[in-house]
Amino acid sequence: MLTQEEIKKLALLARLEFTPGELKKFGSQLSNILDYVAQLSEVPTENVEPTSQVTGLENVLREDEVLRRFTREEILSTSNQSKCDGLIKIKPIFDRE
Amino acid sequence: MQNLEITNLSALELAEKIRNKEITAVEAVTAYLNVTEKKDKDINAFITVCHKEALAAAQEIDAKIAKKKKLGLLAGVPYAAKDIFATAGIESTGGSRILKGYKPPADATAIARLKEAGAILIGKTNCDEFAMGASGEHSAYGATKNPHNLKCVSGGSSSGSAAAVAANMCAFAIGTDTGGSIRQPAALCGVVGLKVTYGRISRAGVFPLASSIDTIGPLTKNVCDAALVLGVLAGQDKYDHTTLAAEVPNYLKSINKSSALSESKKKPLQNIKIGLPKECFESKISADIRDNVNKVIVNLEKLGAKVSECSLPYMKYSIPVYYIVVPSEASANLERFDGIRFGLTSDDDSSLIDFYIKNRSKGFGDEVKRRIMIGTYTLSAGYYDAYYKKAMQVRTLICEDFKKAFTKFDALIMPTTPNTAWEIGKKLNDPLSEYLEDMFTAPANLAGLPAISIPSGFGQNKLPLGIQFIGPQFGEEIVFKIGSVYELSKS
Repeated sequence: MLTQEEIKKLALLARLEFTPGELKKFGSQLSNILDYVAQLSEVPTENVEPTSQVTGLENVLREDEVLRRFTREEILSTSNQSKCDGLIKIKPIFDRE
Repeated sequence: MQNLEITNLSALELAEKIRNKEITAVEAVTAYLNVTEKKDKDINAFITVCHKEALAAAQEIDAKIAKKKKLGLLAGVPYAAKDIFATAGIESTGGSRILKGYKPPADATAIARLKEAGAILIGKTNCDEFAMGASGEHSAYGATKNPHNLKCVSGGSSSGSAAAVAANMCAFAIGTDTGGSIRQPAALCGVVGLKVTYGRISRAGVFPLASSIDTIGPLTKNVCDAALVLGVLAGQDKYDHTTLAAEVPNYLKSINKSSALSESKKKPLQNIKIGLPKECFESKISADIRDNVNKVIVNLEKLGAKVSECSLPYMKYSIPVYYIVVPSEASANLERFDGIRFGLTSDDDSSLIDFYIKNRSKGFGDEVKRRIMIGTYTLSAGYYDAYYKKAMQVRTLICEDFKKAFTKFDALIMPTTPNTAWEIGKKLNDPLSEYLEDMFTAPANLAGLPAISIPSGFGQNKLPLGIQFIGPQFGEEIVFKIGSVYELSKS
């Protein structure tokens, strides 16, 4: 069972926030899901390689060349933030101190 | 031709009639737009209908025909794309509030290839938010209703694509399938749905869910159309490095061969060995589904196929593996939604981190938040080995089960879903029961296998049923063969 503190911590890591009501609802739903998937622990997997790629491709490389598919304006046009000199303006990421 | 007659044609038939000048592209688009206008108020299959753009594209095709220019395979055929495909200049939301108003700068490769073949995009279809869901209810734009019963779900996540094909609002549609998101709604709405081999079709320009299993594919009125559309979409793409160089067969030609066989021979499936995993009947499935599978098997045996039992002992772990792998990969893939480069932004101006939190909390729906939370947990330090790595190891065992089965069989048969469509709202607050609806579809995703769902009748409740054929990797032709012969035998 996940505690409310654990859920709050996870939410912060995932950049999400929940109301007290949501915390309760998500808390029990997430715990149910985690309990359900935990049944995998009954499967012996010693010496079993993990699979992340199923068709056997490995290290697909390409020439390191610059592809200009889009103009700067096209890319910036999808952002709803204010823009300045062809850049998107965001909030400060360092303290001014 | 009347509207109704046009919208009853398959994509292949419509393309032929347009090429032979029996129908113009404008007539075809108008016919489908009229049906959509009439029906979609109730069904809610579309998030965006592209009236203007579609008619303009149709006029271009008609002008090409008048000038006797070379035409693509799908010239003038109206289709719908799940809103998870990027379409240049046309709003692409992924079914999410966080992308409301987002107009991508370019087309996804699949959209570009269809355009190249002359197909006409008539709308962007509703879906569970970022393809997370099996009901069509988890969309910020409202639930898609099942055309066979408006009180029931359409299935998901390619909900609108399945419903639009079922209600004749497009000649075919495309969707994505990560754990059954094409096949499951196709089964619930009574249309054909194809999940391809992992890497067969480029995913460039499609919002990712779980990159190690995502695939895209067609939803169609019949098996032949699925082959036709796959032929246009398949093949390597420099913008998606998981696509494979493997040659693209002429799928349509091989289907025509098997239908010719159906006409000339009583047993067109002679020498085809089909395995029935016994675990299917050990799972919790409705009596309707069980009876239907048995009926289809009798039919296949009459057609000459040899159907016998096989075993996939690790298949029962597919859903637990899936619900670790998908949330883990999804939580990473959805990091890009920060409210800065695209989509919804809040007016919070306290700090950058609060700004992210506000945008994401306001922009994402419940199912997406659940999966981001699960994925953040299963990938966090100390839990990675117990969850994600463990899931990837069990995934290996599931892949090996299939490999063994394909040494003895040409294809496997399974129901597509354990139940028919359920009432809207019934499973909304019980995510686990909805997850289990993918128990027969998720295994093919984990192993990267091609699989097709074909309408196989109706249950007691008059809702459609689907039967699934699974082939070995790059075995699209074998599932098309069995599928088209089976389909012809029903009619």
